[in-house]
Amino acid sequence: MSETVIVKVGMADLNVAGGGQSLRTTGLGSCVGLTLFDPVVRVAGMAHVMLPSSSISKDAALNKAKYADTALPELLLRMQKVGAIAARLQAKLAGGAQMFTFSSPAADTMRIGPRNVEACKEALWRYNIPIIAEDTGGNYGRTIEIESATGKLFVRSVQLGAKEL
Amino acid sequence: MDVLREVGNIGAGHAATALSKLLGKPVDMDVPRVNLVPFDDIAEQVGGAEAVVAAVFLRVEGDAPGNLFFLLSIDSAKQLLLELVAMETGEGAPFTELEVSALSEIGNILAGSYLSSLADLTRLNLSPTVPGFAVDMAGAILAYGLLQFGDMGDKALLIETSFFDGFDRVEGNLFLIPDPDAFATIFASLGVPPE
Repeated sequence: MSETVIVKVGMADLNVAGGGQSLRTTGLGSCVGLTLFDPVVRVAGMAHVMLPSSSISKDAALNKAKYADTALPELLLRMQKVGAIAARLQAKLAGGAQMFTFSSPAADTMRIGPRNVEACKEALWRYNIPIIAEDTGGNYGRTIEIESATGKLFVRSVQLGAKEL
Repeated sequence: MDVLREVGNIGAGHAATALSKLLGKPVDMDVPRVNLVPFDDIAEQVGGAEAVVAAVFLRVEGDAPGNLFFLLSIDSAKQLLLELVAMETGEGAPFTELEVSALSEIGNILAGSYLSSLADLTRLNLSPTVPGFAVDMAGAILAYGLLQFGDMGDKALLIETSFFDGFDRVEGNLFLIPDPDAFATIFASLGVPPE
């Protein structure tokens, strides 16, 4: 892993990597890291999804990477351009935490983390892409990194240390 | 922007006074910075998305809703506990329930004085929720305060102030992220035409 080129994925951002490069996004809280991997051409994709649905967006120039329902098709398109085939893709998910819990219903109704996870799953289901691993929920932040060479997803958190999906 | 900076200045001044009273020594503060900050850069203000911080979070409810964070580095949080309640925390040890409760209360007092001076100034009804507390990556924590902005664009308006005790051993950051439609209310209450 030492020589690996790491491509950064920002918040509400997405990117694609091949040629042994890795993709990393840091500090996922209620956001979901949606990752795809094509094991034949060894291409990986990652989106840092912030919100479940673009339908209520007032964003003038819609940022597709921000929403679960638009991030997946966009990521798919970008991966297909570099040789990935939709039928071969496998998905791994991480994030979707509930960082704070409140007794106040007004603050709690957001429950955005779990809703993000659900929306990502629904989008994947719609495109018939299997989810082969996930590390979602909880109340802690995660940093994730996917290797395009192996499809391995590494998840790191402050409380629980590192693990591999 | 100047109006928001002044609002932040008055709020932060009261919060600094409250902290100073708690610690029994002078607390300095920066002039608040008011900026429209891209999401990705917000965590950079406190050392990057992965920097581990202790955070007290309050949702502001009422006429001008928003999110209020009080962030401390782990070292600052430990120093604060030591000076304030003589709690010595173990190296690398997580905070105990009692320490979490003490830190939440400190955050609550600071946020409370910040908000009440804002409410006085604007004559708006602003009430804080019970504070939430987390020790985690700054990116994961601050993202929570950006969700209301998510549907508007990729930037959030941030009113940010730093506090220092006289010996630079405690440094804290107060972030106020008003909801997108709260500005108009704040401006209107101060008799300022919206920009």
